[in-house]
Amino acid sequence: MKAIVVGCGRVGSAVAQQLLASGWEVTVLDENEDALGRLGESWTGGFVVGHGMDLTLLREAGVEEADAVVVTTDGDNTNLVIAQAAQKHFEVPTVIVRVLDPARAQFYATKGLRIVCPTSSAIETLVSAVRHAEEEATV
Amino acid sequence: MYVLIAGGGKVGANLTRSLLRAGHEVTLIEQKPYRFDQLEAEFEHQVIRGDATELFVLERAGITRPPDLVVAATGDDEDNIVICQLARERYGVDNVIARINDPRNQAYFDLLGISPTVSATGAIMGLIEHEVPEHGLVQLLELRKENLEIVEVTVDKGANCHGKRVRALQLPDGARLISVVRAGKAEIPDDETQLEIGDQVLAILEPGKEDELRRALL
Repeated sequence: MKAIVVGCGRVGSAVAQQLLASGWEVTVLDENEDALGRLGESWTGGFVVGHGMDLTLLREAGVEEADAVVVTTDGDNTNLVIAQAAQKHFEVPTVIVRVLDPARAQFYATKGLRIVCPTSSAIETLVSAVRHAEEEATV
Repeated sequence: MYVLIAGGGKVGANLTRSLLRAGHEVTLIEQKPYRFDQLEAEFEHQVIRGDATELFVLERAGITRPPDLVVAATGDDEDNIVICQLARERYGVDNVIARINDPRNQAYFDLLGISPTVSATGAIMGLIEHEVPEHGLVQLLELRKENLEIVEVTVDKGANCHGKRVRALQLPDGARLISVVRAGKAEIPDDETQLEIGDQVLAILEPGKEDELRRALL
């Protein structure tokens, strides 16, 4: 199985490493060459330097044969546009995109994108932790 | 008409000024504090500060009314795409116009069905091609929705089509000659029209057939 990870920050690099470790063929794309350092010295997957909006680079990274694309650059709007291209233009079967803004995440989820919103997850966890503390105090 | 403009750079600010002068109602959204202060001094309550890709900012600017037109004129193409998608699909705005900063991103706007688009680089390139045609074909008009374009070709010495009749040309499917201008006079060519040096030929064709058409004519 082949995966492309667009954006090699803390999240993207860890996703790429874990997929590679579980047997996936992984190519990472990031506009900053130094991001390769996040993947560790033993990185045996692919690495393409350039902006994820560049369709030629996405092709070079193998988007046309990819089974999955994970989009995790630091820009919500960049992520949303790249993810839609991967889904609609390249017809990648699984496209997952990180969006930090819960409002945009909710809207684009209704348009058929698979969205992970860490902000919403953090809010839920925080609220439920506080509620849990409240329950314990009243017992 | 009520117009919402995202991005208060040169394009957005001048548009706002022109539309206000023409008597329209305008709300301008600008994110950068320094730029916002400058704009506020001129446009007062008609400019608001914020990220125009945030739903609450758009709503504060009045997108739920909805506006007759939303212009996405920020300096970031991804932002402009998202603004147009939100305006159209989330808030039911009928008319959007998007600015394209990097002409290489045109493919994304086309792919996501965002039109019309305006690109300064693209427009200047079009003028350069018209003034200094290097590739033989000069694009005169692009009908993006109809998937057609109209191009102009000048028949030079040594051109493939020189001296040939139209029916003898191997024009690609999806391309047709619509006019031949000779000595300042335009004619609609038929199969028997013979092409001569100096003729300006107009052709209509599907985008992507330019190379085949060039080979048939030049």
